[in-house]
Amino acid sequence: MKGNFIDNLPKVYGIYTGGFLAFIIIMSIAEQMGMTAKTIGICFVAFTVAIYAIIGYLSRTAQADAYYVAGRQVPTVFNGMATAADWMSGASFVAMAGGIYFKGYGYMALLVGWTGGYVLVASLLAPYLRKFGCYTVPDFIGTRYGGNLSRFLAVVVLTVASFTYVTAQINATGTIASVALDIPFQYAVYVGLVSILLCSMLGGMRGVTWTQVAQYIVLIIAYLLPVFWISNKMGAGFFPHFMLADEVSRIAELEAQFGFVKNSAENLKEVPKGLAGITKAHSAVNATPWAFISLALAMMMGTASLPHVMMRYFTTPSVKAARKSVGWSLFFIFLLYSSAPMLATLSKLSLIDPTLPTGIIGKSISEVQAIDWYQNWNQANLMFVSDFNGNGTLELNEFFMGGKAVVLATPEIAGLPYVISGLVAAGGMAAAMSTADGLILAIANAISHDVYYKIIDPKAETAKRLVVARVLLVVIGFAGATIAAMEIQGILGSVIWAFDFAMSGLFFPLVLGVWWKRANREGAIAGMALGLISGAGYLIWVRSGGSGFLGITQLTFGIFGSAVSLVAMVVVSLMTSAPNAATQKMVDEVRVPSGKSILGKQH
Amino acid sequence: MSKQEQHWEKSRGLLFMTLAIWFVFSIGIFLFGAEMNEVTGPFGYPLTYWFTCQGSLGAFVILIFWFANRQEKIDEEFGFSERGDD
Repeated sequence: MKGNFIDNLPKVYGIYTGGFLAFIIIMSIAEQMGMTAKTIGICFVAFTVAIYAIIGYLSRTAQADAYYVAGRQVPTVFNGMATAADWMSGASFVAMAGGIYFKGYGYMALLVGWTGGYVLVASLLAPYLRKFGCYTVPDFIGTRYGGNLSRFLAVVVLTVASFTYVTAQINATGTIASVALDIPFQYAVYVGLVSILLCSMLGGMRGVTWTQVAQYIVLIIAYLLPVFWISNKMGAGFFPHFMLADEVSRIAELEAQFGFVKNSAENLKEVPKGLAGITKAHSAVNATPWAFISLALAMMMGTASLPHVMMRYFTTPSVKAARKSVGWSLFFIFLLYSSAPMLATLSKLSLIDPTLPTGIIGKSISEVQAIDWYQNWNQANLMFVSDFNGNGTLELNEFFMGGKAVVLATPEIAGLPYVISGLVAAGGMAAAMSTADGLILAIANAISHDVYYKIIDPKAETAKRLVVARVLLVVIGFAGATIAAMEIQGILGSVIWAFDFAMSGLFFPLVLGVWWKRANREGAIAGMALGLISGAGYLIWVRSGGSGFLGITQLTFGIFGSAVSLVAMVVVSLMTSAPNAATQKMVDEVRVPSGKSILGKQH
Repeated sequence: MSKQEQHWEKSRGLLFMTLAIWFVFSIGIFLFGAEMNEVTGPFGYPLTYWFTCQGSLGAFVILIFWFANRQEKIDEEFGFSERGDD
């Protein structure tokens, strides 16, 4: 191919997408010819992971600029795709539709929060941090406020938030690898980890950028294809997003007809752990305004404080490209997020509507237990029925499902070929891997650049710095995998905690660093330390039986943490002396898009 | 007032406008979620439900592009825009 790689990007990824679609077609032909479901699953996961590994190898680099910020030449739209993959984790891909299915409106605060946060990213932070020219988020804090302590605290907050997040992602890659490759979870976690490291080890941010674009293409095809297919197959509408109003109102009708019968505690003991029944209305408002708004707000402020997202905007060629790129990121995220409620609707209706051939409510229990897909998913511990009232017929309150089943099992329930299930596994793997890569890289870069190079050994040569960065990458990856293998926490809960930790410690120090010239070092240190401590303290208090206050739960403790952070930062800043003239001038320069960045190209 | 101060004043004005619109779609409408859900919204979905599925999300996408264009105009007006395209 002529010209450099960047100019050829549309062509390269065009061919890649075509190749992937061809692969899906070949697999479906192979299925017709009798290839087993297991082989198809292995082919999908192995083929896609091999492609990412090749991209990771081709992106290897020995330059600090390329390793930390992909040489700052990632075009706007491609950076948008990479950010979308970076952002949408195993939780978004596998768990989100399930959450909407079971909890309805109250859960959908996450949809609003995880998209609305990008408005804050675009308007308050990303363009200014891009102008600053930093390699990492603590790099900004350390230079703007000065001093090793502020830099170090930023690394601490970053590590706490990102590490909480990354164990959940490695857990997700392990779950998918163990199902697709049919190996025990404890080993599958390390298979997942090796796949993740293959993408980032050699090329750092450059490798991660180009694999994330490839992963986005896989995950969006894997999510949208089944949604459109199921909708058409059910006759619900050619374009589900605009045509499911009848289905939504039909679900409300059925809910009214069946009623939400509460099960006794004794009956619920029979239900396997992790499974839930339908107990909340699908489209009705079932949460108080504050419950909804506080969760959305926590997720929005968390979005603007999570370093693995912010550092994606350090890779654009210019400040204005950084702004536009946030818009593209959200557009690519929107494609998946707006489809999740549609998938939840289709999944729920196909199961509960007795007039549909797939509907199981109202059928006899023995009939349901004889269905093939019920047996498969019951064995996988994701579906369960029991005749609590002894009338021999399945009622709404007698049917239980795992959250993951909405994405994983709906294609099979709707009667789609197995090739779609293989595709969905590849998509889930792509989503979890891309997020894990972004997070591990964020932690390793912050420790290698900010702690090792800026604090411990400022004279270190580039080659040595990059060796340290890579060693840290492996160490952090293994630490994450080891904790993931212990399976202490659920995927979704720990993801939400990561947002709360990030906003408790970093939101106001970052925002005020740009928007309030008077903010100084002492204020930032107080803001980060007290914010993180009070947020974590609140979480521990509520977890150990505390009642909480103002309706702040363990999922929204960041609201309390960040409020403490704001007050501490403003009060301490005003009690101590204003930043010196050089710092004030630096803030002025950050606010102007043109001209040189504050930190040099190599720093 | 220096050119730089004027530029910052305009940028700040744009920020407040952006945040006001953001507030409406992320918080404002959900203060009246229960009442608004009685109304039929676009494509026939209940209105609040539609906002959580598509409306607010789409509004944020449009808002960011609108903000980016306005900010570019402000930068050009004061001669602070970067050379070269993206």
